[in-house]
Amino acid sequence: MAKKTGQVVDFASIKAKMSDPYKKTLQVINEKGEIVNQELFDSFSDDQLVGFMKDMVWERALHEQTMNFSRQGRLGFYAPTYGEEASEMGSIAAFKDQDFLFPAYRDLPQLIKHGASVAQGFLWSKGNAVGDDYGDTRNWFPQIIIGAQYVEAAGAALGIKKNGEKDAVSFVYTGDGGTSQGDFYEGINFASSYQAPAVFMVQNNGWAISVPRKKQNAAETLAQKGVASGVPGVQVDGMDVLATYLATKAARDFAAEGNGPALVETLTYRFGAHSSAGDDPSRYRTKEEEKPWFDADPLIRMRKVLTDKGLWSQDQEDKLVEEYKDSFKASMKEAENTPTQSVVDMLKTTFEEPTPQIKADIARFEAKESK
Amino acid sequence: MAKLTYIKAITDGLDVVLGEDPKTLIFGEDVGKNGGVFRTTEGLQDKYGEDRVFDTPLAESGILGLAIGLAATGWRPLPEIQFMGFTFEAVDSIGGQMSRNRFRFSGKRAMPITIRTPFGGGTHTAEMHADNLENYFVGTPGLRVVTPANPYDAKGMIISAVENNDPVLFMENLKLYRSMKDEIPEGKYTVPLDTAKVAKEGTDITLVAYSAEVNESLKAADALAKDNISAEVIDLRSLSPIDTDTIFKSIEKTHKVVVIQEAQKMAGVGAQVASEIAENAIMDLDAPIGRVAAPDSVYPWAQVENDWLPNADDIEEKAREILNY
Repeated sequence: MAKKTGQVVDFASIKAKMSDPYKKTLQVINEKGEIVNQELFDSFSDDQLVGFMKDMVWERALHEQTMNFSRQGRLGFYAPTYGEEASEMGSIAAFKDQDFLFPAYRDLPQLIKHGASVAQGFLWSKGNAVGDDYGDTRNWFPQIIIGAQYVEAAGAALGIKKNGEKDAVSFVYTGDGGTSQGDFYEGINFASSYQAPAVFMVQNNGWAISVPRKKQNAAETLAQKGVASGVPGVQVDGMDVLATYLATKAARDFAAEGNGPALVETLTYRFGAHSSAGDDPSRYRTKEEEKPWFDADPLIRMRKVLTDKGLWSQDQEDKLVEEYKDSFKASMKEAENTPTQSVVDMLKTTFEEPTPQIKADIARFEAKESK
Repeated sequence: MAKLTYIKAITDGLDVVLGEDPKTLIFGEDVGKNGGVFRTTEGLQDKYGEDRVFDTPLAESGILGLAIGLAATGWRPLPEIQFMGFTFEAVDSIGGQMSRNRFRFSGKRAMPITIRTPFGGGTHTAEMHADNLENYFVGTPGLRVVTPANPYDAKGMIISAVENNDPVLFMENLKLYRSMKDEIPEGKYTVPLDTAKVAKEGTDITLVAYSAEVNESLKAADALAKDNISAEVIDLRSLSPIDTDTIFKSIEKTHKVVVIQEAQKMAGVGAQVASEIAENAIMDLDAPIGRVAAPDSVYPWAQVENDWLPNADDIEEKAREILNY
């Protein structure tokens, strides 16, 4: 008689334990604003702490102002970043100018911190090619086909390695939904195969539009998704800017030192809608489900820690928000004063050397556009 | 000069570009130590090292994503997709990503990627190894699609493809790999990527074909010649863009045309050629445009593929029908 399941191979036990090494979520300050890891907290200078808070206030102000512009009909597609300030600002702070960034559509704040202008962010949303013109910076465009940025980041990591660049990595963002894509696995697998310097960020904000994280798969963490490809990962409290920074910096150091790629999962939450184009979260989640996450707001805990240390005040924050919003209004003016492209311009950038068919199209649109 | 097969001519061309430009990289499944499943990259890893010619994990989207990232960091990638049927796994990398990037970056960033991939019927392969999938790709803005029909063009066009600063889908015909030889000059020479070639001059009817169907058309032309019918055979070479001038010039002379492709008939290259003729040169014709194509079924199992593939007899028959219109 055949042995019962469990006697030959104890899959139940393997399954129960397989997430264990990945469940120790890195945290420095908890949602109440308590320092839970004093040693790590003490590794930051006062200036650094204030810098992180300013970055998060900047990102939230950018979100609020962008939503205003959006309601005024002055923007196109926008993916709200509300709630993900610690995850985005904590991680981007760990990277250097020479690192190659592959963002997705919710990662415009990182793109801006990495050398793009706020006006370009608005222009991208408005559908103006200047929004994607990053000059010599190592920025890539915000990916729409989620997953594609992962395989491309693996390629850039290999390119960086082949270039012999000593202190540079390729880094890339996706979300919890993005980890279900085949390209996610192909990207981490290729970077691992070549031991290329890539840092794979997974911002687990709980939702892929209306589909919750738990429906993406049954693994307890997304950090462990690297295991099968030989890519070490860590789960971090993505509402804690300090923990996010430290985990990301450790991943970057590991990759830049030639040890191969690493993966960071930030546990965060999309406070708002998927996009400004009509998504309504009340269709798929309740206020009760949202509440603990709003209580975990990354700004609340950082504000408390800094206020306790005498480094921050509400008055100071209010002034900053006003300054930031004024600057965003100036950026919007710049965006609105940027000429739109013509069809001719776009035809000219399809190939380096226009084909005869495109030359004919150019002539047709030159005649049309000169009217 | 040496007499080389189509496949050896491609290997020779790859050797030239690897030798000329230290930024060129060849990669794909089995291309390294094994030299490719058809030996197209044979000896190249030994000669240029594993940094330049290397194997990849088995994942086509990963291979072409790798190419995009490598191009973004200053390299000139030559990824191989082992069979064209496998490009289905990488359609986003081609159509959604690399072909759009020059446009995305306002013309300021280039994707100098040459994707080599074998295709074509008649060698009794397993399923998904012979399909002509050019119909899926020729409508992709920003992508060049080319396919040589003889060893001389194969070497000259692979060199041109690699030197081009836009993505090129370079289709290599499986049946031609070892079935024909040409005198191939040593070292570098180029064949343009965007011009058709008159493979045989004639005055009575124009046969427009590409890849293996060029040979079938030449055979049909020989058969017609026995009845003193002079057929002109045009080898498109480039499927996107299409060199319509060469076709129109020929039709001006012959007033009759048959458009031939190995792929299924629906949409695609033959339909585009026929519609260009209808739109721009119909007054030069004194008979309808003839078409020879595979039937609109899935690519057949090996035992019936030779009945399914358009051949010289089909072309001759269609040509006589048009001539007798």
